[in-house]
Amino acid sequence: MSAIPVNAYLLLALVLFCIGLFGALTKKNTVIVLISIELMLNAVNINLVAFSKYGINPGITGQIFSLFTITVAAAEAAVGLAILIALYRNRSTVQIDEMNTMKH
Amino acid sequence: MLENAWLIPLFPLLSFLLLLFFGKQWKEMSSHVGIGFTGVSFLLSVIVLFTQMANGSGGAEMVWLTIGQLEFRFGVVVTPLNALMLVIVSLVSFLVHIYSKGYMHSDERLTTFYSYLGLFTFAMLALVISPNLLQLYIFWELVGVGSFLLIGFYFYKEEAKAAAKKAFIMTRIGDVGLLIGMILLFWQVGSLEFNDIFTAVGGGEVPEGLLTLIAILIFVGAVGKSGQFPLHTWLPDAMEGPTPVSALIHAATMVAAGVYLVAALFPVFEASPAAMTVVAVVGGFTAIFAATIGLVQTDIKRVLAYSTVSQLGYMMMALGAAGYVAGVFHLMTHAFFKALLFLAAGSVIHAVHNQNIEKMGGLWTKMRITGPVFLIGTLAISGVPLFSGFFSKDEILLATWYDGRYGLFIIGLVAAFFTAFYMFRLFFMVFTGEHRSEVTEVRESPRSMTIPMVVLAFLAAFSGYINTPWFGTFLGDWLAGDSEFLPFEHHEGPVWVMMAASLIAFAGIGLAYLIYYKKSLQRDFLSSHMPATYTLVFNKYFIDEFYQYTVEYAARAVGYLGSFIEKYIVEVIVAAVSGVTRAAGSLGSKLQSGQVQTYGAIAFIGLAILVFLVVWTGGYL
Repeated sequence: MSAIPVNAYLLLALVLFCIGLFGALTKKNTVIVLISIELMLNAVNINLVAFSKYGINPGITGQIFSLFTITVAAAEAAVGLAILIALYRNRSTVQIDEMNTMKH
Repeated sequence: MLENAWLIPLFPLLSFLLLLFFGKQWKEMSSHVGIGFTGVSFLLSVIVLFTQMANGSGGAEMVWLTIGQLEFRFGVVVTPLNALMLVIVSLVSFLVHIYSKGYMHSDERLTTFYSYLGLFTFAMLALVISPNLLQLYIFWELVGVGSFLLIGFYFYKEEAKAAAKKAFIMTRIGDVGLLIGMILLFWQVGSLEFNDIFTAVGGGEVPEGLLTLIAILIFVGAVGKSGQFPLHTWLPDAMEGPTPVSALIHAATMVAAGVYLVAALFPVFEASPAAMTVVAVVGGFTAIFAATIGLVQTDIKRVLAYSTVSQLGYMMMALGAAGYVAGVFHLMTHAFFKALLFLAAGSVIHAVHNQNIEKMGGLWTKMRITGPVFLIGTLAISGVPLFSGFFSKDEILLATWYDGRYGLFIIGLVAAFFTAFYMFRLFFMVFTGEHRSEVTEVRESPRSMTIPMVVLAFLAAFSGYINTPWFGTFLGDWLAGDSEFLPFEHHEGPVWVMMAASLIAFAGIGLAYLIYYKKSLQRDFLSSHMPATYTLVFNKYFIDEFYQYTVEYAARAVGYLGSFIEKYIVEVIVAAVSGVTRAAGSLGSKLQSGQVQTYGAIAFIGLAILVFLVVWTGGYL
């Protein structure tokens, strides 16, 4: 059970976060970008849970916090998708590089 | 009563404000408002005058500003000179208000006209009761504003606009002199109160040379306001304003403010013989210089304007020759007869719709009131015995004689001859001979215009009797009586001076009679012999052209230099600054591509750099 060191959890979270960040910064399809953001959030969740078990002050707080994160992430995904659909209706595209109306 | 003299200027101010705010609704009624308020001012002025005579001078002051040890005061003071000026100004203003009701009745901007008149009257009345130079200066500028507004009343006429600007700028040139003089005086005396100044000057606290400079600088202010040479050119041009305005401002009151200033500061001038000489010479020169121009002008108002310049020169000459009473006396009689002449001229213009005297003639029988009152004014200004102008002019000639200024005495006599000649030339050309006007139905002016003229005619004829060598010098005793700063000695003049003055006047009248009435002398018998002189005089000695080619071009050159600096130096610097800013801005805006992912990448890289720095420096930034 305790064979897995905390470093492994952190490494997994790091890899997951980097994949998510890479996806969020490079993918052109907005849906993929949203999914990548979910990946980054989940990497954070892994960190929270890992520290709640093996951290300097183990406790239940980290796990509860990750539950909050999951809830908020769900809401965020719903809102994000809703915005995306509205955008799609307006612009007939989900390509993120075409959504540049915030230009100067 | 004297401490409440501040009420006098308040009523015209009230009239100005009321007409400004409610004039649009009142329309025709506004003239009654103006007349009413000015009438109250006049009544109060008369009361003040009699109170002053009975109880002596007085006034009231309060502290206005305190700067360290210095106190600037604001208030009123009633001296004999001030009381006299109050009555002259409020009376002429009152009569002009009545007259304007008839003269301006068809003008759409009647209300505006009356409100401007109110503003001017307020400023002028406040000017003459100022107890210190600072307050005087404030109202001095304010009458300038009133004059500017009224000259430019017909602002849709180019000439009126130009004349208004010219008047304002020319008088400003003089005002700068006055201001510098005031500052020097303040530096020396430490106060601008008239009494403090007189005490300091009387006690010899101001060095002689500086005092002369101060007096001359103050005189420069008077030169500007009173249209003395070389700043006289604005006054004839100011005739573009409505005729009642010419009568009120440019004959009787405002232009006399310069004379008033010199009279009010007379002890300062008197302490400096050099300054007195400057005043006398400038006045004498202006008197004869303007009189010669008046000989050949053909515009009725311009003849009167040059006559005003000339008469103001007379007053200055009197003051410069230590004839304090003579100058002030002539100021009073001139106010009456010149206002009368202007109002009568206005009545003529009103009837024939023209200002050119070549196009008038034969109006004596058609204008049964205007004609005789104009004649009275003409007799008075010409110095015909028994009329007011005779006594005051006589005083002036005596003053110059007793001061030992024989050159100026001769100039005074010659100017008197010219005055009599051009005034009667005017009279004969307008009122006698055949009818030359294009208007066939000439009618006398309405009652509202004739009544003020009759009142003024009465004053022009009889106001001289308050100071005569025959019945006593009441005015002189009163004016100089209760001031320790004004030594007054009446000159029992040699009879021949009076005789000479009368003869000169009759000679001028006779010559005008022969040329313009009997026509026994050709009109051009002189001008045809001296065409060059005639051209010179007719073009007013080319003073305007001289200013055009010197002052104006010099000013324009400075302007070009300024605009060159502006265009090629200042603007280049400005363009450089704005260009750099703009380049930085456009560079920055390039970064704002609208690509969210780019932003994210940059933010992340920045974060990474920060983290790297924190780690590398060991946690301390």
